[in-house]
Parts: sequence; C-alpha cells; structure tokens
Amino acid sequence: MYLYSLTLQRPTGIICAINGNFSGGKSQEIVVARGKVLDLLRPDDNGRIQTILSVEIFGAIRSLAQFRLMGAQKDYIVVGSDSGRIVILEYNKEKNVFDKVHQETFGKSGCRRIVPGQYLAIDPKGRAVMIGACEKQKLVYVLNRDTAARLTISSPLEAHKSHTLVYSICGVDCGFENPIFAAIELDYSEADQDSTGQAASEAQKHLTFYELDLGLNHVSRKWSEQVDNGANLLVTVPGGGDGPSGVLVCAENFVIYKNQGHPDVRAVIPRRDDLPAERGVLIVSAAMHKLKSMFFFLLQTEYGDIFKVTLEHNNDRVSELKIKYFDTIPVTASMCVLKSGFLFAASEFGNHALYQFKSIGDEDDVEASSATLMETEEGFQPVFFQPRRLKNLVRIDQVESLMPIMDMKVSNLFEEETPQIFTLCGRGPRSSLRILRTGLAVSEMAVSKLPGIPSAVWTVKKNVIDEFDAYIVVSFTNATLVLSIGETVEEVSDSGFLDTTPSLAVSLIGDDSLMQVHPNGIRHIREDGRINEWRTPGKRTISKVGSNRLQVVIALSGGELIYFEVDVTGQLMEVEKHEMSGDVACLDIAPVPEGRQRSRFLAVGSYDKTIRILSLDPDDCMQALSVQSVSSAPESLLFLEVQASVGGEDGADHPASLFLNAGLQNGVLFRTVVDMVTGQLSDSRSRFLGLRAPKLFSIIVRGKRAMLCLSSRPWLGYIHQGHFLLTPLSYETLEYAASFSSDQCVEGVVAVAGEALRIFTIERLGETFNETVIPLRYTPRKFVLQPKRKLLVMIESDQGALTAEEREAARKECFEAAQAGENGTGSADQMENGGDDEDKDDPLSDEHYGYPKAESDKWVSCIRVLDPRTGNTTCLLELQENEAAFSICTVNFHDKEYGTLLAVGTAKGLQFLPKRTVTAGFIHIYRFVEEGRSLELLHKTQVEGVPLALCQFQGRLLAGIGPVLRLYDLGKRRLLRKCENKLFPNTIVSIQAYRDRIYVGDVQESFHYCKYRRDENQLYIFADDCVPRWLTASYHIDFDTMAGADKFGNIYFVRLPQDVSDEIEEDPTGGRIKWEQGKLNGAPNKVEEIVQFHVGDVVTCLQKASLIPGGGECIVFGTVMGSVGALHAFTSRDDVDFFSHLEMHMRQDHPPLCGRDHMAYRSAYFPVKDVIDGDLCEQFPTLPMDLQRKIADELDRTPGEILKKLEEVRNKII
Amino acid sequence: MQASDRFNINSQLEHLQAKYVGTGHADLNRFEWAVNIQRDSYASYIGHYPLLAYFGIAENESIGRERYSFMQRRLVFYL
Repeated sequence: MYLYSLTLQRPTGIICAINGNFSGGKSQEIVVARGKVLDLLRPDDNGRIQTILSVEIFGAIRSLAQFRLMGAQKDYIVVGSDSGRIVILEYNKEKNVFDKVHQETFGKSGCRRIVPGQYLAIDPKGRAVMIGACEKQKLVYVLNRDTAARLTISSPLEAHKSHTLVYSICGVDCGFENPIFAAIELDYSEADQDSTGQAASEAQKHLTFYELDLGLNHVSRKWSEQVDNGANLLVTVPGGGDGPSGVLVCAENFVIYKNQGHPDVRAVIPRRDDLPAERGVLIVSAAMHKLKSMFFFLLQTEYGDIFKVTLEHNNDRVSELKIKYFDTIPVTASMCVLKSGFLFAASEFGNHALYQFKSIGDEDDVEASSATLMETEEGFQPVFFQPRRLKNLVRIDQVESLMPIMDMKVSNLFEEETPQIFTLCGRGPRSSLRILRTGLAVSEMAVSKLPGIPSAVWTVKKNVIDEFDAYIVVSFTNATLVLSIGETVEEVSDSGFLDTTPSLAVSLIGDDSLMQVHPNGIRHIREDGRINEWRTPGKRTISKVGSNRLQVVIALSGGELIYFEVDVTGQLMEVEKHEMSGDVACLDIAPVPEGRQRSRFLAVGSYDKTIRILSLDPDDCMQALSVQSVSSAPESLLFLEVQASVGGEDGADHPASLFLNAGLQNGVLFRTVVDMVTGQLSDSRSRFLGLRAPKLFSIIVRGKRAMLCLSSRPWLGYIHQGHFLLTPLSYETLEYAASFSSDQCVEGVVAVAGEALRIFTIERLGETFNETVIPLRYTPRKFVLQPKRKLLVMIESDQGALTAEEREAARKECFEAAQAGENGTGSADQMENGGDDEDKDDPLSDEHYGYPKAESDKWVSCIRVLDPRTGNTTCLLELQENEAAFSICTVNFHDKEYGTLLAVGTAKGLQFLPKRTVTAGFIHIYRFVEEGRSLELLHKTQVEGVPLALCQFQGRLLAGIGPVLRLYDLGKRRLLRKCENKLFPNTIVSIQAYRDRIYVGDVQESFHYCKYRRDENQLYIFADDCVPRWLTASYHIDFDTMAGADKFGNIYFVRLPQDVSDEIEEDPTGGRIKWEQGKLNGAPNKVEEIVQFHVGDVVTCLQKASLIPGGGECIVFGTVMGSVGALHAFTSRDDVDFFSHLEMHMRQDHPPLCGRDHMAYRSAYFPVKDVIDGDLCEQFPTLPMDLQRKIADELDRTPGEILKKLEEVRNKII
Repeated sequence: MQASDRFNINSQLEHLQAKYVGTGHADLNRFEWAVNIQRDSYASYIGHYPLLAYFGIAENESIGRERYSFMQRRLVFYL
C-alpha cells in the first residue's frame, strides 16, 4: 500500500509571532510560526488580517526573532527550529517568497537538550543574535554587512555553561556599546550529586549577562546575580538614549527590574480575587511598545489578564516599577503590538484576534507598584483585582483557529452534496463544535425579490475608467429590468436599454458606450445618449453572444456567426460573417491582451460535441485554428488567463497561459491550455462539478479575473499564491452571475436564483473549509454520531474548574459587588439574566475570561446531546462531585429491551500528579428518550479504574479499565461482568471490534489483536506490535489492518501477515492461541508495520472517509495544532513511481526552507515507509521555471503535465 | 597531559561525555540513567510545541505554565 499524504487544512494554531516591516516600506506585518508552517500576515486597511504568504517548512519551528541592521528599512527573520541550524530569512516582496539569506549549521537536528534552537535573542541594534538550547549551549552570531550592503553572519561564538538550565534569554539594550545578552540560568550540578534532594531544593536561579566583545570577537560572562527562583521570562528594557537599559525579569507572582550595578526593583503581579491561594501567577507572553517619548510593556498572565508595566526612571536609575491592570483577553502564545495601533493576539487555543487600542491604560485601575510593596512574615503582600470588560482594547478581527482538534468525524449528516467534517475544538470555555464544509465561505450582502423569474443578470460600468459599476441589468423571459447602483439600488428607465425584450448580453463596449444584445439585434448606446440599432437580417434571431471590450461575435439561429469590431470612432462595425455547420451552443472571445487592438481567439462550442477555436485576426479571419472534441455538448465557454506559478504578491512573474474552460452538459468542467500563438489546444483536464451543466462567468477576485462556475452548486476558480484553485462555494444553487462592484462592496458577485437577486462577497480566499461554530461549555473529549436521528452526543470535561453552581454563585457575588460599587441599586432580575443566558454578551463571559481556577483535583464535566442542524443542545447533564467523563459509545445489548443505549465511562476525583490516583470509576448507562433528544440514566456501575475506552461487541459492552479488558452484559441494576483479560501492559485507550476480533490500543504499547471465543467465554491476545507506540488515535481499516497515531506525531498502519491471519482463523478449537506462548510476555504473533509517516503534529483523530461524492476513501486526520490532513491510497503503480520520483527530485532541488532535511523530518522517529509527501510535491509550482523544467525533463514530462498530475491527485481527495 | 594520553580511549570518552550531555557510560547508576532520560524527554516536550499543547490540555494549564513546570521538573524529579 502506498499513500499520498496531503494537508487539507494547514495548522491554524500559532506557536510564536513577531512583527516588523518585512517587506520594507511602511506596512506593519506579522510573521507567525504554526509548527511546520511559516506565515506572513498583514492587517489590511479595514483591519482584517490577510495571509500574504504561507510556506510549509518541513521542520518544527521553535522560536522566531526579527532584527534590523542599522539604517536599514526592512526586518530580517531569524528562525530557531529543530534543524540544528540557524536560518535567516528575508521576505522578497517581488516574488512573494521568503529568501534564505543565511543558513549556518551548529549541531545535530531534532529537539534535543543541548542543541540550540529553543531560544533566540537579538541585540536591539541588530548587531548580533544569540541562539540557545534549554541546557548548556548558547551560540552568538555577529551580524554585519559587507561592502555591497548584504547581510553577513560570523562563525559562532560559544557562550556555553555546562550543567545549566536556561529558562529564557533576551538582548540587553545598551546602545552602541558591546552587545549584551541576558539569560536566566539554573545550575543543577550540585543537585545531581546530592541524592537527598537537599541541594535541589536550595538550587538558585541566576541572571547572567553575556557580553559580546566586538573588538576581540569573543563572548564572556560579564555579570551574574541571584534572581527570584520563580523567574521564567526576560523582557528587554529600552536603553541607549531611550530608557534605563537592563531587563525585566518575570517571575511567578513578581516582576523585577534588574540591571548590572542597579538594585532590584520588585513589584507584585496583582492576583484575581477568586484564585486559589496555592496557585501562582505566571507571565506567559510579553510585548514591548516604544514610542518617541515613552515606552511600556504589556505582560499577559496564564489566566489571560494583561498588565501594563511602566518604569519611572531618571536616566538609567529606575525608581519605581508599576504594574497596572490593562485588560483581559484569551491567553496568548505571543502578543504583537503594531505601530499602527493594533494588538495581534495569537491565542494558544482557539481563535486569534486583532485588537485596536482605544487607550493605553492611562486611566485609574488596580495597580501594584514597587514603591508600595509590603513584605510581611508570610511573604509579600498580594494585590487583588477583578477582571472587567475590555476598556482599552476593541476587537476588530478574528482569525479562525481549530486548535486543538480533540475529536473529529466525517459524515454526511445533513445530506448535502459533500460530507461534513464535525470537529470538537478548543479548550475550556472557548471550546466549540465546528462543522467544516469544503468550500469558501460566502457572506451575503443583500437579497431582494424580483417581479418574476429572472434568467440572467449583468453589471456594467459607464466608462472604462470608472471604479464602480453603474447598472445591474436583469433579463426576464420577456423584459429587461435596469437597476442603477448608487447609495441604494433602484430601477431606472433613462438608461437607454430596451426594456421590452429579454437580453442576451449587456456590456461596456469601447471606452464609454454600452451594448445590449437582444434576440432581434444589437443596441449600441453611446455616451451622449445616441442609440445605434443593428437588426438581424430577416426573421432570424440571435441565439448566442460572445464579446469583450472591443469585439463582439453573435451567433444567429441556424449557425451563422457575425463578427463586429469597435473602430476608432467607437462605432460597432460588422467585419466578417461565417457559416457554421449547425447551431452554436456557446461562444466566448478571449479578453483583449494589454496593448493590443483585438484578441485573436474565438471559441465556439457546437452541439456535435466539439469546441472550435477560430481566428479573429484580419488576415485569417474566421479560420479554424483547432478543434477539440469533448465528452458531451458544451454549455458554456470561458477564456481565463492563469499564472501557474508564484511571483510577486499577485503571482505575475511567469508568463501566463491562457486556459479555455468549458462547462459540459454532463456536469463536467473541461479545461485546456490554448497556445498563445497558434491557438492549438493541449493539456486538457476535466473535473466533475455537479449534476447541472456548469455555466461559466468571469468575475473579479482580489483585482484579478477569476471564474465562477454555476453547477448544482457554485464553484470558484481563482489563483491563490500562485496556485490555481477550484473550490466550491458554500452557497445555494445559482442561475446566473456577474461581478459586482460598488462603494459598499468593492469585490462582490451579483447572482440570480429563483425569484431573488443576491449580492454576496467571497471571504477568506485560499481556505479549503468553511466552518459553522457551535460553542460548548468545557473541553470536549469525544463524541458519537447518531446518523438516524441526526444528533451528536458528546462528553466534555475540565480539570481544576469550579462547577456550574459554584461559578453562578461567584458570578452573582461579583455582580452584586460591581453594581453596589457603581450605583448601589442593583436590580435582581438583571443579574439573573446576566447569569442565565450564556450566549448573551454579558460583560464577564467565560469565553473571554476563562473559568475561575479551582484546585487541581476538582473536575467539571457534562454529557450533551446536540442537534447540529440548529445548534441547539437538547439535553445537558452536568456530572456531580468531581466526576468527569472520559469515554463514550453507543451500544445495542442483545436482549433489545431498550434499543440503543449510551455508555459513558467516568472517573471520580482523578489526579495526575504526583501520581495518578482515582477515587472510583463508573460506567453510566443512559437510555435515549424523546426520540434521542434526551437522556435518562439507567444505572451506573462502579469499576476499579478509569474506563478510557468503550466499545460495543456482539450485543455486549467491552470496556478498557486500566490494563483490564472486560466484557459486560446489561443487568437490571448494574452491568454484569462476563469475561476479562488482564494481560495488557499499561492502560487501554482504544477498543475497536470487527467480527470476533477485538483491536485494543494500549496507551504506550501500540495495538493488541484479541479474539473472543464465545464457547469458552475467553479473550485471548493473539498478536501485538513490537514497537512501543504512545497511541493518541486509532482506526480500524480492515480485518488485519489498523491505523494508529502516536504522541510524537507519527501515523502508522500495522497489518497482521496473511499467513498468520489465516492460521488463526482456521484454528477451530482455539487451543493453539490459548496455549501458545510469546516471548518476553508478548503475544505469540507480531503485526507488521506497513506504513509509517511523521506528520510533525500530534494526531488526535483518524477516520476513513470520502470527502467528495463518488471519490475514493482516504484516511482523514485532525491534529492538536488544528490542521486536517488526508492520506490517499494510490491505485496504480505508475502513479507511485511518478510521485516518488517527483518527491525525490523535490527533495534534492528544493530543500526545505528552514534547513531541516526533508527525508530526516518525515523519518524523525521511525523511517518513513511507503508514504509520499504531497505537501512537498505541491511546492513544485513555486519553483523557478528553469528548475521546474529540469525536474520535468528528468521525469520525461512537461511542467504542465506535472501540474496536471498534482491537480488530479488533489481532486481525488477533495 | 602527555601527548599519548590524548589518544587514550578513556580520555577520549571522558571528553565526549562532557561534550554530549546525557550520554551514558559503563558506571552509570539507575538514578543517573533515569535523570538523563527524564531530562531528555522534557527537553523534547518543550521543543515540540504540539506535545506541550497536548499536555496542556490534559492538565488544563496554559502552555506557558506547562513549559515552565517542565523546565522545573528537570531539576526536581518525580521518580
């Protein structure tokens, strides 16, 4: 089995983010690392975050930093990854790529203890960079520029210190003196020698300054001083002329200002009122903002509260450090303060957001200061505050993030054309059920009813230079309606259009005149109002029209073509006539190329299933240039220029190729390349779009021509970052469409369907999925689908949170306090409302502020029945007394008394640290009532451990409780034990059953294949895996095969060898299995690994599903970082050969951006086996043209053919 | 140190031991071995962000807190 791996949705979570001017110029940009993907984002003028570039780097990015050489205009990006190399990137605006400026190897690859890459620090003047490991090694590179102003990098200077842990490093701003780097270090050498733990408890963290002597080219430890033992993060304080220099040390509960030769200035971080005393407050992300006259820091705690830190200083003496409560936003991985007054918050889980500063927190608020710090006998006096609604920030945009995907199922529950992907995402109060559908999201601007059923719609401008459209023209079967676009859209009658007849085409002709083609002629409306009318000869009518701005071709009934051109005076002149052999099905003229008089190509589709290209040049006018026969009669034709390769932000580096698109009557979209000179057709591709013949329309997307195909659902063909993408739109079936541009809506589409006129815009280009979000209460764990009833049943649980009642009480208290403070007269029912209605935008929504923390042995959990169509929860059961649900399954017991029942495995009082303990485990059995909309507890059975896996098996229930696999039957009061096997190594986390085989996944030891002998009532393990695998997801593929994913980011398939499988099945008594002994406590047989692939992300769910109607099945997986991928099995040996060669050449000629070897990355834990990396192959179009040709030559193909192959295989998956 | 010592296998090993932290040797005791494994593992968890997030979800802590406590656990062990 050979598989093709393809990422369908790139990771949506963010690891770290930096901001700067990466393209030069004024615009503020953000570079984010999403694990294995590096993105460049830019907020546009409307404050929406746009992805400019997204590159898969085939490595794990761990840190990012930006720097700028003195006097330069743009920032460089330094990447610390698992490649054992330091990489410096520059954004190339012209080609829209990251250029690798430098790549220096310093160590082994992989995320190791002593190989740098975890931390990066930059000298604020851009003269040096330090890259550190979390232990021992730190390297300093000197950055400079040569005579040609190119960036140079020195050989590394070592700043190692063995037996030392490093918590954080940062640059110290000391103007133009020698660069200094600061590090929080902890020496463990003594702790290791002392087994009593005495030394370990006395270990002391130090703040160390390393000085890079630029003259001697040498790094020395300049200064080291004890620092608070909770220190975890360093923040650079501006120096030189701008501030006092030094660093802010963020420690648990404190922020301390430190500098060499300066006394510590310490202030306590204010605590939330409701925080348990045992918990500290840790700063997890920091941002510094520097203005001309002042600077401040924003520090965010692990609970999401942002504090503004300011320093009172006089030259380089700091007299006071103030920490003031600023606002509360969801916890971030990184914050970026943009110069344009925005705050980009890269959330660690859930959606990212862009905020605008309303103020910078100058108003009064809870404040802690070093001046008022009180030390008592129990330590420093804490300062308390209560989170409040946003005061200084306003959220203006959100970037969707699926991180983390906890569970996922693909099913066509809504009976749409393609299946939906149901994902459980997020954590705690920000968790949600997201329903992903393939296709782009559409936002509807307006829908208005028309007086009849329209057949077509167009928009026209009055003049070529106009920015916006002037009219919307709607044609009915016997009339034409003209609407003018202004502040409002209203009907007009003075436009000059003939309104008593249907229209066939309406467009702008020449520079400033309008043309209406109706069945009996062409009406040419000049700018000054003069009207020229051309009438059809005799009784013939016009059947089809094709036009561009300067040329018009009409087809008369019977098959005569008449060709008109606009002459210099703006007159429409008949040029040529041509008789076709039969009726014309459709026509199109290519748009006039830049700087030319006319376009050379006319495409004519006939009912005899052919498409002809005719010339429109004066010297061979109406000569057939080429003929293409197609599988079905064409319905619609469209010429579209496609730049197949990246270049510039809009992809305009390579010569475009002209594509002729044809919508055929059998629902297929047929695309073929038209040779720009000869008009020959070549390289055709076809794709089934839907049940209706696609009608093709040219619209404008991001300022470029794109294609809208209207079949049984609308599709958009457009160019995104150099790739031509054909994606469905999540919208209803449309009849006819045109692009639309007005003051309110710059790039929209106007379409007709039924009796309505619809105006919509297309959002978030480049995405594969659009999502519908249904909020949930706690971290969702697992869910089951009820396909017949179209309901989902899910379990949610959170550790360390207060129960709903406790939260309610606390909230009430807080409201009372707040209201008493504000006006003293709180109205009771107002409070009730605020508390009851979760969806309401109440000022302290948990979604925003997180649940109040409780002790770590507290659990909250609920079981929910949800109707995904309406998003309504039909039943919600909160579990009581620290009980939390961990597993769920539906089960039909064979006595059939109750029908389908729901089994939920729970644990009471579960604790992980210092050792995993549990008070009790239970299996609840629920009965569905009210047609499955509600649940009723039948009984619960106590078990000795946590039931982490449940599965129906032959009318009974299989449960994995710790290392025990047990079979239960349903009793009146409780479940009845029938049979068990205690021989599993650690903890059972997954059970799947097929016929009499049971596939059990162990948390640490991969799969165990078991067999149940009904006559003996015994469970045997007959095969297991020889590789330790920390299972996170598993899926049953076939009788002998299982797919699994481990904690380290690998996906693998194991298969029982055929002969062993046969032997087991043939053994009639089962005696062999029973008495056969394995070696070293293992099972007698071993499964073989047949597929192995490192995804680079923890895969949490796997499923076999088909994502397109009629397509083959593939394995779809979701990951913690919020990405969705698919593994597609090749069906032919040729394809395998082709793609493995392509992959090989791509590896050689296009090594990954951040210096990780591709093969080594995909084999990070186990050698990759029989999986071809589609993500690497899909980078082929981004290569320079000569490299593309070189690779294509070696594969004995043309670049076009390779692109076609890539497109084909993608179309098989999605 | 004499010139011949440089090629002595033992001194070479010692040098390598010092250079590559975490490498085992013949006289390693159980505690040292476990400590090394644990330090290696935590370093790997800290380096692989998705894993850190995975632990963060399990323990319902923020990723920043999780990273910090993993760093701390490299000093103090739960064996």
